[in-house]
Amino acid sequence: MCTYIVEKTGISGSGKGAGGWFSVDHAYVSYDHPFHVQLEHALNIDFVNEASGLDARVAVELTRESARSLAATILQALERADAHEAAAESPAG
Amino acid sequence: MYRTGDFEGMVAETTAVRGADGDLIHAYFARPMGPGPFPGVVLVHHMPGWDEWYKEATRRFAHHGYAAICPDLYCREGHGAPEDVMAKVRAQAGVPDDRVVADLAGCVEYLRALPILNGKVGVMGTCSGGRHTYLAACRAPGIDAAVDCWGGGVVMGPGDLSPNRPVAPIDYTSDLSCPLLGIFGDDDRSPTAEQVNQHEEALKQHGKDYEFHRYPNAGHGFFYYDRPAAYRAEQAVDGWANLWAFFEKHLGATA
Repeated sequence: MCTYIVEKTGISGSGKGAGGWFSVDHAYVSYDHPFHVQLEHALNIDFVNEASGLDARVAVELTRESARSLAATILQALERADAHEAAAESPAG
Repeated sequence: MYRTGDFEGMVAETTAVRGADGDLIHAYFARPMGPGPFPGVVLVHHMPGWDEWYKEATRRFAHHGYAAICPDLYCREGHGAPEDVMAKVRAQAGVPDDRVVADLAGCVEYLRALPILNGKVGVMGTCSGGRHTYLAACRAPGIDAAVDCWGGGVVMGPGDLSPNRPVAPIDYTSDLSCPLLGIFGDDDRSPTAEQVNQHEEALKQHGKDYEFHRYPNAGHGFFYYDRPAAYRAEQAVDGWANLWAFFEKHLGATA
């Protein structure tokens, strides 16, 4: 049965769906029934453009373990990205 | 009883019914050919939506001699691939209970208006549809039998209540208006075995007519042959047999 566990965040960027690339404005992160992966519940992430129809969606359905690993990996990459940007912005010397 | 020499035919197509707020919503309607009379059944789709499994199940009921209707409870959320519609509903934490009950009441009225009906209407659903079935059996008029297949969220804690789901269905148990068949897997986590126990206790307390079948080595959704990890053939065959017997007992023989 449905857990109704869902979180929403605004995002800015692009995603590639069934119809090609489109801008994405929100991400929904839920732990509920997936459609494809053979799990009763999965960590689902839907990147959507809310004004562009139901098929303006990039979806992943993950195990909890892999979702946690993904979240940590994103944060690690962001740490390096922040350092990279900080170095680029600092005066040459 | 199906006999190989019988003439057989059915009509199955998309139609529209009046639901909550007078809205017209899509429904898939399948019935045997002929004048009947046929018992009616409303099928209440699961959280993944108005999908192929439910269309097939609706036709299966027609094959078994029922006038069967399955409304698209997500019709107002828009149309597209079932998984995209499901994603939108999932993102908004489901659809309102009151709206669903009114949509199902509209389907009961639709069936009762048909000259082919034998005067009896049942409701069955799985997953969120099992929960919605129970709500309808407690709150909507004109239902003669109900089948709740692994409806989680019948028992809810205060923290589970929300604007879409403001009342735990178990709290309506005193209003249950018809016999109830419950089909559950012992390994399900929603509802858990303990929650099924609580539901059963409430039914006993209020003197309701019910029968529960609880299957070992089965979890959530064990009828779903398109979900290999969930499907349990042996338990599903027995569950369907109990469902047909229950509806025949309470809705009358099929034509």
